[in-house]
Amino acid sequence: MSTIIRFTNIAKVYQVGEEQVHALDGVSLQIQKNEYVAIMGPSGSGKSTMMNIVGCLDTPTSGLYELNGTNVSDMNDNQLAKVRNKEIGFVFQTFNLLARSDVLHNVELPLIYGGIGSTERKKLARAAIERVGLTDRIHHKPNELSGGQRQRVAVARALVTHPAILLADEPTGNLDTRTGEEIMLLFDALHQEGNTIILVTHEEDIALHAHRRVRLRDGKIERDETEKNRKSPARSTLNIA
Amino acid sequence: MGIAFAAIRANKMRSVLTTLGIVIGIVSVTLMGTAIEGLNRAFNKSIASMGTDVLYIQKFPWFDNGDNWWKFKNRRDIRIQHAKALEKYSEYAQAINPMTGTIRNVKYGQKLVENVTIFGSGPDLLETSGATVAFGRVFTQLEAEGGRPVCAIGSEVAASLFPNENPIGKVIKIGGYAFRVLGVFEKQGNFLGTESLDNRIYMPINRFFQEFMSFRSGITILVKAKSVKELDDTKEEVRGIMRKSRGLKPKEEDDFAINQQEMLVQTFNQIGGVIAAVGLFITGMSLFVGGIGIMNIMFVSVTERTKEIGIRKAIGAPRRTILLQFLIESAALCLIGGLIGIVIAFPLSLIIDTVLPTAMPLSVVAIALLVSVFVGVVSGFLPAYRASRLNPVEALRYE
Repeated sequence: MSTIIRFTNIAKVYQVGEEQVHALDGVSLQIQKNEYVAIMGPSGSGKSTMMNIVGCLDTPTSGLYELNGTNVSDMNDNQLAKVRNKEIGFVFQTFNLLARSDVLHNVELPLIYGGIGSTERKKLARAAIERVGLTDRIHHKPNELSGGQRQRVAVARALVTHPAILLADEPTGNLDTRTGEEIMLLFDALHQEGNTIILVTHEEDIALHAHRRVRLRDGKIERDETEKNRKSPARSTLNIA
Repeated sequence: MGIAFAAIRANKMRSVLTTLGIVIGIVSVTLMGTAIEGLNRAFNKSIASMGTDVLYIQKFPWFDNGDNWWKFKNRRDIRIQHAKALEKYSEYAQAINPMTGTIRNVKYGQKLVENVTIFGSGPDLLETSGATVAFGRVFTQLEAEGGRPVCAIGSEVAASLFPNENPIGKVIKIGGYAFRVLGVFEKQGNFLGTESLDNRIYMPINRFFQEFMSFRSGITILVKAKSVKELDDTKEEVRGIMRKSRGLKPKEEDDFAINQQEMLVQTFNQIGGVIAAVGLFITGMSLFVGGIGIMNIMFVSVTERTKEIGIRKAIGAPRRTILLQFLIESAALCLIGGLIGIVIAFPLSLIIDTVLPTAMPLSVVAIALLVSVFVGVVSGFLPAYRASRLNPVEALRYE
């Protein structure tokens, strides 16, 4: 089993006026391949900062972050962009799809930035769209889709590059309970297929889908609990992690 | 590329209004360009009728700042005897033609042409004037020396006086005196777009002196060199002969001027260059203003699409790609503006052509398009650069 994410004493300090805010204060953490982790905490706990750093949208003030064996803690913008493109699949609370582009184009966009040729790109994008069950909506614009469908498009876009981690930030936050549950079932299934999934959430019942819950408070890890040989609350399948 | 055009399509009204600035800029610059190009062509065509290998010996130099006007005015006239001296002594000259002129009305029967330029000329007029005979002939050496009442007429005069007749052998009245028409010149067009070269009559200079002017009055002597290469040598020789025949002492300065086409070209290029520079600068300003409009709208576009930029960055768009996306968008806007501008400018230039000579060669079109793309890239750069530097975390949070 290989380590996908290794945080060693990660700190992030923001300068707000005269004051220094320690959003993350010496966090060390390891996440293995095919783990299903929920990062939890109240607002202001450092959970968003954590997500930004894990997702390579931001770099830590100090500490070492190794993603898939590569030190990414002091990469420049362009190197980070490449890492985001190859290794990370984002799913956002507000879906963040390009409103003017259809489903297919939204899903193939990461492949465009990855420099994949048109034929291969279309093939991969169609496969990802099929995986989330939206093949019949492939030429619809986001505003012609329901919230749940939009989030599925976002998941397809995250999956299409076969990233090392799927990073979901409150993926059900803008959905009703039933649709939210559907999306979580999708994540569960993706985990079963061998993907490494990190959920950032403050909702306990969403976090219950994960097999490991990391609780943050005031920029520090308060608790880190892993269920051994548990059964998924949503599906009766064995956790092979 | 596709992304950029999609963005332009999405904001049609705004894009159209912004592009209008570029359209106006390109129209004015292109029209200025065509006018300058047209003037240059007209000038070169006119100047070709003078011949590059012809020297003009006159009292006044063609170009002078005007301070010496009285000095030139008080010089002794150039006379027919100087032409005779040149003919006798010059070895470099291929042809020497004394010329003078005036303006008279010309009549044939009831038909009248007013204000025709009448030239008295030696027999070598074809070699020095650039004119060619359409039919008939010009006067011979004998007719010239004998001062016969004969003439050759320009095509415009011929058309007015002899609409349905063969003019050869007919007798016309020039300023009241009878002259027999020997030939008609080929149509030559305008000189610098003003004076018609076809509204002319050439007659032997000896006859001219008898009827219109004293032989003591001033003339111009045209000297054609054997070749352009020998023009400078010819000039020096002519100068020596002129000084001698006018009895100048070695230390006295020339009291005549030897003019040549090159001076005209030089001066035209100087003046034309200044006009072109000023004209293009002023019209360029409108293009500049158009460019500022593009820059402004691109800044608005970048701000408006901050979220989109954030999304693109999050899924791995490198800076360069974002920069290119916005640069291409702004260059495409300007290119469209440039194309529309040319489409508008072309018929306009044809309309202007009726007043001023214009020409729109492909080079002007190509330059206009290049300039519009350049304006797009330059004015799009700052907004695009700002877009490419956006922090993805903050851009994603932007609503």
